[in-house]
Amino acid sequence: MKKFLKDVGKNKTRLVMALPALIYYFCFNYMPMFGLVIAFQNFNLSKGVFRSNFVGLKNFEFLFTSDKAFIITRNTVLYNLVFIVLGMFLACCLAIILDILGRNPVTQVSQTVILFPQFISWMAGSYLVLAFLDTDKGMLNQIVQFFGGEPSNWYATPTWWPVILVICNLWKHLGYDSIIYYSTIKGFSGEYYEAARIEGATWFQQIRYITFPLMKSILIIMGILKIGSIFASDFGLFYLVTRNSGPLYNVTSTIDTYVYNGLISGGNQGMTAAVGFYQSIIGFLLVLGTNAIVRKVSPEDAMF
Amino acid sequence: MANVNETVTLTKKQMKKIEQAESAKGSLGKLPWWVDTIGYIVIVGFAICVLFPLLLLVMVSFTDDVTLTLNGYSLFPEKFSIEAYKYLLENGQQIFRSYGVTVAVTICGTFWALFAMTLFAYVISRDNFPWKSQFTFYVFFCMLFGGGMMPTYMVVSNILGLRDTFWVLILSGSLAPMYIFMMRTYMRTSVPPSVIESASIDGAGEWRCYFTIMLPLSIPMIATIALFVAIRYWNDWNTSFLYIIKNDNMVPIQLMLKRIENNLQYLANATDMSAVEKAELESTLPTESVRMALVVLVCAPILLAFPFFQKYFVKGITVGAVKG
Repeated sequence: MKKFLKDVGKNKTRLVMALPALIYYFCFNYMPMFGLVIAFQNFNLSKGVFRSNFVGLKNFEFLFTSDKAFIITRNTVLYNLVFIVLGMFLACCLAIILDILGRNPVTQVSQTVILFPQFISWMAGSYLVLAFLDTDKGMLNQIVQFFGGEPSNWYATPTWWPVILVICNLWKHLGYDSIIYYSTIKGFSGEYYEAARIEGATWFQQIRYITFPLMKSILIIMGILKIGSIFASDFGLFYLVTRNSGPLYNVTSTIDTYVYNGLISGGNQGMTAAVGFYQSIIGFLLVLGTNAIVRKVSPEDAMF
Repeated sequence: MANVNETVTLTKKQMKKIEQAESAKGSLGKLPWWVDTIGYIVIVGFAICVLFPLLLLVMVSFTDDVTLTLNGYSLFPEKFSIEAYKYLLENGQQIFRSYGVTVAVTICGTFWALFAMTLFAYVISRDNFPWKSQFTFYVFFCMLFGGGMMPTYMVVSNILGLRDTFWVLILSGSLAPMYIFMMRTYMRTSVPPSVIESASIDGAGEWRCYFTIMLPLSIPMIATIALFVAIRYWNDWNTSFLYIIKNDNMVPIQLMLKRIENNLQYLANATDMSAVEKAELESTLPTESVRMALVVLVCAPILLAFPFFQKYFVKGITVGAVKG
């Protein structure tokens, strides 16, 4: 105890320095964690956390007996899986292409351009998508009509939305991801390639036997880490780009959009809280699990 | 002998030129022509796909409204017009206000976030700080587990009472654990600890060490993080979407876009209004080209500034990818 007080005295300036961040995280991260108890309450906003009645696991019973839980979990996980697998594969291809073309004005301008979407919010992005999908004036309906087809109301037809969402996601993140992999490739020693060339390896053999094996470990690590956050969906993509359109819910509602819609509709607060709780806990377990795997595969890449 | 001397006296500029010539070849050496061609087609093709929606947006914002109603959105409109931008200039009090809010939030927020993050990183980067690992874990745990949207919403609006204030725009989601760790690692590895030690032996206090030694030496890292943080503030629509409900003076530009759209949806779905009422309400709402012009104004500052800062972005991406 005495030592503790002495330490405090010695470090009081440092403690003051750390205070803003400490208070911030307490208010915005730790206090909400306690708020998770509302998942076990018959929660009522007007009564608040302290006066609402506890109902045990009833909210979860409601949640898992309806088909809602299945739909939103399926959508969240499947979309994320496609984003991860397709995104990583295409980003790698682009990175390799950037690397074999080398640095010249064309590739440099292309690099700048493909980074743009990462820095545009989905709020603006949703208007870009609207320019294509608008029923009366959209580009897609114009093209359809040009070929003699019937224009359709895209925001009410679920069929194509899985494809549209995947394209939107690739549009936004592919460039950024490919630059990550490109800088990884740039980090490999040029000597490998030189030696291979002296031995008479063709360009394809160099990719196949040098670039690929070297990339493999970083791809595995990135993939595992991304799977750790598979329960979190990109709220902007699924809420704004789809214009929160009711007819599409079956293929576009994810855990985050469900929680948000529950929050503003003021309907069944308990069930919304249960979904939030379910997301937090599974997300936490996934991060722990994937990190344990990474620690086995390659200890120096593990987060903890 | 002369040869050796020549290589020794190569200036930095010359070295750079040689390096550039080397990297211009790509790491695989010379390729068959068709591989190069396909490569260029793919990369330029993708760049065009990325750029296309943005170009379309700009063109629509410059299209005459009558032409829009007749022909729909097009990359080559029949009739150009700058009416949309004129309209924004003349009738945009609310829009100017929103722009002002966004600029103010971006500037103040970036300063707050960098100040709080570098201070905390400074503390946990000092080896002789007794609670180093506990403090690190305190922040790290926030990366792993969180309460999620609903409890956070309740805490921020009911307990902290920040709803509809400027502060919620500044504070919500402002300190990212990852940036703190990137900062700490930089301070630990790139700033020699002996510099700080000798300064404190000479009687410099913690604040002095932080302001006169640590901050100036960490400028490269701070610049990179500042760019990412500033862009996040500029693009942040989630916060205002959740917490700015009644206070029309605090509507950032991103929320403004959402509100215009909501009004339009309300109009489209309203069944209890007469045609005259509808037409009247519609005339108060911005037309399509005006809305697109507004989106252009939201994206433009970032896209215009981007090429100048790309160096830092790419550096930040690389550092971030190889974990803090």
